[in-house]
Amino acid sequence: MPKILVYAEQSGGKPAAIALEILTKARDLGDAEAVTLGAGAESAAAVLGKHGARTVYVNEDGAFDEYVAEPQTDALEALVQKAAPDLLLFGFTPDSREVAGRLAARLDVGLISNAQDVQAVGGGFSAKVPYFGGARVATMQALNSPAVVLLRPKSFEASEAGGESRIEKLEAAVGEGSKRARIADRVQEAGEKVKLEEARIVISGGRGMGGPENFPLLEPLAAALGAAVGASRAVVDAGWVPYAMQVGQTGKTVAPSVYIACGISGAMQHTVGMKSAKVIIAINKDAEAPIMKIADLGVVGDALKIVPKLTEAVKAKKAG
Amino acid sequence: MKILVTVKQVPDPNSQQSLESDNTIVRDREVVLDPGDESGIESALQLKEKQGEGEVVLLSMGPERARDAIRKGLSMGADRAILVSDEALAGADALLTAKALAAAIKQESPDLVICATESYDGSTGMVPPMLAELLGVPQLTFAKHLDVDGGKVTVHRQTEDGHQVVEAQAPVLVTVTAGIAEPRYASLKGIMAARSKEIKLVSAGDLGIQKGNPSEELKEVAQAEARKAGEVVEDDGTSGVEKIVAVLQTAKVI
Repeated sequence: MPKILVYAEQSGGKPAAIALEILTKARDLGDAEAVTLGAGAESAAAVLGKHGARTVYVNEDGAFDEYVAEPQTDALEALVQKAAPDLLLFGFTPDSREVAGRLAARLDVGLISNAQDVQAVGGGFSAKVPYFGGARVATMQALNSPAVVLLRPKSFEASEAGGESRIEKLEAAVGEGSKRARIADRVQEAGEKVKLEEARIVISGGRGMGGPENFPLLEPLAAALGAAVGASRAVVDAGWVPYAMQVGQTGKTVAPSVYIACGISGAMQHTVGMKSAKVIIAINKDAEAPIMKIADLGVVGDALKIVPKLTEAVKAKKAG
Repeated sequence: MKILVTVKQVPDPNSQQSLESDNTIVRDREVVLDPGDESGIESALQLKEKQGEGEVVLLSMGPERARDAIRKGLSMGADRAILVSDEALAGADALLTAKALAAAIKQESPDLVICATESYDGSTGMVPPMLAELLGVPQLTFAKHLDVDGGKVTVHRQTEDGHQVVEAQAPVLVTVTAGIAEPRYASLKGIMAARSKEIKLVSAGDLGIQKGNPSEELKEVAQAEARKAGEVVEDDGTSGVEKIVAVLQTAKVI
């Protein structure tokens, strides 16, 4: 049986949703193990065990919470030496990307990033990656050992598994030289109202909203529908709205019952984060925009005019 | 302070992609300077201007026609550029790219390396952390704000619900988000001056880089499970809203 090691992000003793998704997949591929670091790791380990990790390696050194990427890389390097996994799995998230990149360079192995599936093939591993604007799927075979694959959020559904699991303290020396990029402060900005990933309805705005001053138009519609508000990378990059609202390859992946895209053209960067929605409604001035090719309903028109009218119509229906 | 900015030429976001019969992406599209890199160049120029001294060096890897994209960065105000160009590096994966860039950067010993968080065309953002590791420097990433005070570099790193203030001593590698600075337009004077600025051509051999074995292999390209296009309607002032309400009712959300 190949040995699969999952790097599980956790916060305050709660594993990240993606860690449980990946573990659920990992246990189908071989003997699954997990590693989780920082304050709360031991509590997180119990949940990881329930999701199929036979061994969970933990280390609660404060350096993992205080410094970026390098202490985690040290710990993983030590663990790869010790546990000799055949496959290392990471989530395709900002924090895991940084650790995976450093680790791959240190181990001198390649990696397959942004994957949506991973398979055991002929004693090795291959991964499926969106290609050519998401219209195609490429299958990449990893040629290095260990193989390193980063998996997109929501690629698998997490479920608990039976079986025994044990927690092992990972004796990893974090080099003093790795305590360099220090997190001096954490600042909260305006928080989300309805959580994007959990919302039943998501309304997102893009460049077609015209400017940041028009973005609040989406709020009353969201309130009327009980929806969360998202955005395309273009408008996040332009500084109209905070990064927390970004839906797409490098933002959040959502799979709501209904997704309403307002003034979003539908670049792959965006669509890979929302194309699992059950129903997609697009409002766009351009009938040829790529979003129209994946929308169940495409309305060719000005989102700035349609959204307020839609808000009134929804309110009327709800009242009636 | 010496600042090195990595830049890449990418297919023009406004042009259409197409595939060759063997499923590789057609390479003869219009290419432009990656829009994310323009933000990196802008933040480097602002740092130099604030400090009143220093040098901004651009580093790119790609075919010789990448010169046009580099020239744009020079016309914004960067001082000079290096282009790593070699047939042996065509189709390089992230690790080989990082190795070649790292070798070129080591010859320059900058105080600060600035990269975009991810490229426009690849969007996987794997090269910067690999590069930081190969250079042996810390990484300050997802920066939406960048400040240098003496040898201390501080960024505001974008997070889910706000930002972290992250700091490290130079030399460091910083990745910037496009929101960090609005790129300036090149002035006519800048465009004229860029013509005489140096773009030094470097080969893999100059850097002591060998192609080596690839770390992954493309096995197959298949059609993605496609969503079918549904109904597309022209809004006449009321029809759009009516259609949307009907779809919301069918989906049982109102």
